[in-house]
Amino acid sequence: MELTTVWFLLVAVLFTGYFILEGFDFGVGMLLPVLGRDDRQRRVLINTIGPVWDGNEVWLITAGGAMFAAFPEWYATLFSGFYLPLLLILLALIARGVAFEYRHKRTEASWKRRWDLAIFWGSAVPAVLWGVAFANIFRGVPLDADHEYVGGLLDLLHPYALLGGLTTLGLFLTHGAVFLALKTTGDIRGRAGALAVKLGAGTAVAAVAFLGWSLTIRASAAAVVLAAGAALALLGGLAAARVRREGWAFTGTAVAIALTVATLFAALFPNVMPSTGDPAGTLTATNAASTPYTLKIMTWVAVVFTPIVLAYQGWTYWVFRRRIGVQNIPQH
Amino acid sequence: MDALDVARWQFGVTTVYHFLFVPLTIGLSVLVAVLQTMWHRTGNERYLKLTKFYGKLFLINFAMGVVTGIVQEFQFGMNWSDYSRFVGDIFGAPLAIEALVAFFLESTFIGLWIFGWDRLPKRLHLAAIWAAAIGTNLSAYFILAANSFMQNPVGFRINPDSGRAELTDFVAVLTNKVALVTFPHTLAGSFLVAGSLVVTVGLWHMMRNRDSADTGAYRFATRFGSWVVLISSALVVLTGDIQGKIMTEVQPMKMAAAEGLYTTESPASFSVLTVGSLDGSRELFAVKIPYLLSFLGTGDPHGTVQGINDLQAQYASQYGPGTYAPIIPVTYWSFRFMIGFGLAAAAIALLVLFSQRKGRTPTSRWLLRAGLVMPVLPLLANSFGWIFTEMGRQPWIVFGEMLTRDGVSRSVSLTEVLTSFTAFTLIYATLAVIEFKLLVRYARAGVPDLTPEPDDDTDDAERPLAFAY
Repeated sequence: MELTTVWFLLVAVLFTGYFILEGFDFGVGMLLPVLGRDDRQRRVLINTIGPVWDGNEVWLITAGGAMFAAFPEWYATLFSGFYLPLLLILLALIARGVAFEYRHKRTEASWKRRWDLAIFWGSAVPAVLWGVAFANIFRGVPLDADHEYVGGLLDLLHPYALLGGLTTLGLFLTHGAVFLALKTTGDIRGRAGALAVKLGAGTAVAAVAFLGWSLTIRASAAAVVLAAGAALALLGGLAAARVRREGWAFTGTAVAIALTVATLFAALFPNVMPSTGDPAGTLTATNAASTPYTLKIMTWVAVVFTPIVLAYQGWTYWVFRRRIGVQNIPQH
Repeated sequence: MDALDVARWQFGVTTVYHFLFVPLTIGLSVLVAVLQTMWHRTGNERYLKLTKFYGKLFLINFAMGVVTGIVQEFQFGMNWSDYSRFVGDIFGAPLAIEALVAFFLESTFIGLWIFGWDRLPKRLHLAAIWAAAIGTNLSAYFILAANSFMQNPVGFRINPDSGRAELTDFVAVLTNKVALVTFPHTLAGSFLVAGSLVVTVGLWHMMRNRDSADTGAYRFATRFGSWVVLISSALVVLTGDIQGKIMTEVQPMKMAAAEGLYTTESPASFSVLTVGSLDGSRELFAVKIPYLLSFLGTGDPHGTVQGINDLQAQYASQYGPGTYAPIIPVTYWSFRFMIGFGLAAAAIALLVLFSQRKGRTPTSRWLLRAGLVMPVLPLLANSFGWIFTEMGRQPWIVFGEMLTRDGVSRSVSLTEVLTSFTAFTLIYATLAVIEFKLLVRYARAGVPDLTPEPDDDTDDAERPLAFAY
C-alpha cells in the first residue's frame, strides 16, 4: 500500500478515535443540565469522564499533528479556510477544559453555575461544528488553483452542512447518554438509559438522512456498505439501550460513530478536500502529501508508539471501570 | 495595520501567554514527583502533605497550559498557512510526534494520578506522576526542535519544482545544535519558575505561622525550592552562554541586535547600556565593558563579532534589497530583562537560604516581600527570553529561507484575524484573573490535613472517591 494511503487511513482512524472518545465527553457535557438535577448529580456526571477527558482530547491534537506532518497542504487549507468555525471550537474547548478542573475549586452556587454553562456550551458548540466542518470537507469547498479557500463563512453554512452538524450533535448526545447509563448507578442510570432511546430515535432519522445525502454527492461500494453498517449499529445500540444492555448499547453507538466517519472518508478517497471552485484546487492524498521520506519516518513512529498509547489508555479505562453514583461523591 | 500585523500580535500574545503556564507544568510536575518519591521512600507524612499541597497548585496551572496549547497547534494552519505549506514536510513531524509520544503520556497519566490515589497501588500511583512529568518534559524537546528549525534550518533541501522545504535528514533536525542547547536552557528556566513558586508559598507560611505543626514542612519546602532555583539558575547561565556562542555563529544578526552592536568589532565590548536613536538605526550613547562580548560570543576575548550594519549590507547582497535587522530596542532590552529578572530570582533564593542558616527562622519583612514577588521574576525572564529569540529572528520566519510576511494565511481577512485576536485576548485575560485568584486561594490554604484511611468494612461501591471533580 502507498504510504499516502496509509496516512489517509491513519488520519481517518485518529479522527474516528477522537469522535468516539470525545463524542461521549461532549454528550456528557451537554446532558449536564438535563440529567444532573442537583450539584451532587452533576458531579457524578462530570466524574464519569473526569480521569479520561484530557487523554481523549489528545486524539484531536494528534489528528491535527498527523495531518500537518503527512498532508501539510490539507492542514493549511482546512485550518485557514475554516477559520471562524475552528476559532469557535477552540474557544469552546478552552472554556470547557478549564471548567472541569476549576468547577469544584469553590463551593459557591454562582461559581459552579458559571462553569456548568461553560461545560454545556463548550460541549455543544464543537459537537455541532465538527459535523459542519466534516460535511464541508466531504462536499468540497471553493478553492483556487493554489488550494487557497476563496469562500466566506456563509459558504460553509448550507443545509447539507447543517444536517451534518445536527447528525454529530445527535450522535454525541446519544453516545453520551448511553455512556452515562453504562457508568453510573441509581436514578441517573435509569434516566440516562431512557433518554438515550429517545435521543437515539431522532438521531437515527438525522443520521440516515445525512448519510443518504452524502452518498448522492459522492459514493463508492465500500461507502454504501459502511453507511448501512452505521445505521444498523445505531439501531442495534438503541435496541440494546431499550433492554438495558448498556455495554452493547455503548458498543452500538461507538460503532455507529466510527462507521459514519468511515463512510465519509471511504467515499472521499483519494480526495482529501475537493474543490467546488477551480478543479485544479482539489487536494488529494497525493498532491497534499509530504515527501515519501517524511511519511516513512512518521510511519515508523506511528507503528512503534500507537500500540503503546492504546495499551495505557485502554488500561486507564480499566482502572476507572467502576460505576459511580451520588454516594461516591465526597463532600469536597 | 493589516492582517499580517494582527496575526503576528496574536501569535505573540497567545504564545507568551501559553508559556506563562508551561514552565510551571514542566518544573512543578517533576518537583511534585520528587516530593512524592520522598514520601514513598521515607514514609514521612510531611512529604505527602507537600505532595498534595503543591500538587493542587500544579493542577490549577496545568489545566491552563493544556487548553492554551491546543490553540498553538491550530494557529500554524489557521494564521500561518503559507508557512505551514512551506515547512510542513519538516515542521509537522515533530508536532505529530510530540502529540503521540508526549501529550498522550502526560494527559493519560495525569488523569491516573489525580483520580488514582485510592484506585492504584502506591508504587503505580507514584509511577503515574513520573510518567506525566516525563511526558511534559519530552513534549518540550519536540516543540523546541521544531522551533530550532526556524532559527537554524538544517536537514532539508528546497525542492526546485515546488519551492517548498523538504526533509532530507530527520536526525539532523532532532539534533540541531540550537535544539540541543535550547532544550536544557528552557528546562532550567522552567525549574527556576517552579522552584520560585515553591519558595514563595513555603516562605509565606513559615513566616506567618512560626509554631504550627506544619512549620517544619514549609521550612523544608523553602530550602528545597531555593536549591532548585540556585541550581537551575546556574544551569540557565551555563546553557545561555553556549547558546550565545551558537547564536553568534548561526544567527549573527540576532547577537548583534541583542547588543545594539552596529559596526563589526574585534575585540567587541559588552554593552551595559546603549541608547540608540528611536528607530533603532544608530547608537547615540553607550557604556561598555571591553572584550566581554567577544568572549561571550566567540570564547576568545579578541574574537570578531559582526555588527548590524555590516550584516545588513551582507544580507542585502545575498537575499536582495530589504531590511534584515530586527527591531533593535526590542531585542536589546528583552535580552537584558531576561538576564536581569532571572538573576534577581537567584539572588532572592540565596537570601532565603542565608536567612535560614543554622536553623534560624527569617523575620525580615523585606525578605517576605521579596519572596512574594519571586515567582514573577523568572516568569518575566522566560517571557522576555522568548520575545528576544523570536523577535531577534525577524524579519525571517525561517531564518534565511522564508520571510515572516510571506508565511501568513492569504485567505484569512483582517476582520477574521481581528475577531480571533480580540476573542483570545478577552478569554485569556478573564481566565488569567480566575487562575491567579484560585492559585492565591489554594496557596493560602496551606498543606492539607491528611484524611485517615477509610474503614475496611465499608463496601467499595458505597465509599466516597478519594478525589472527585
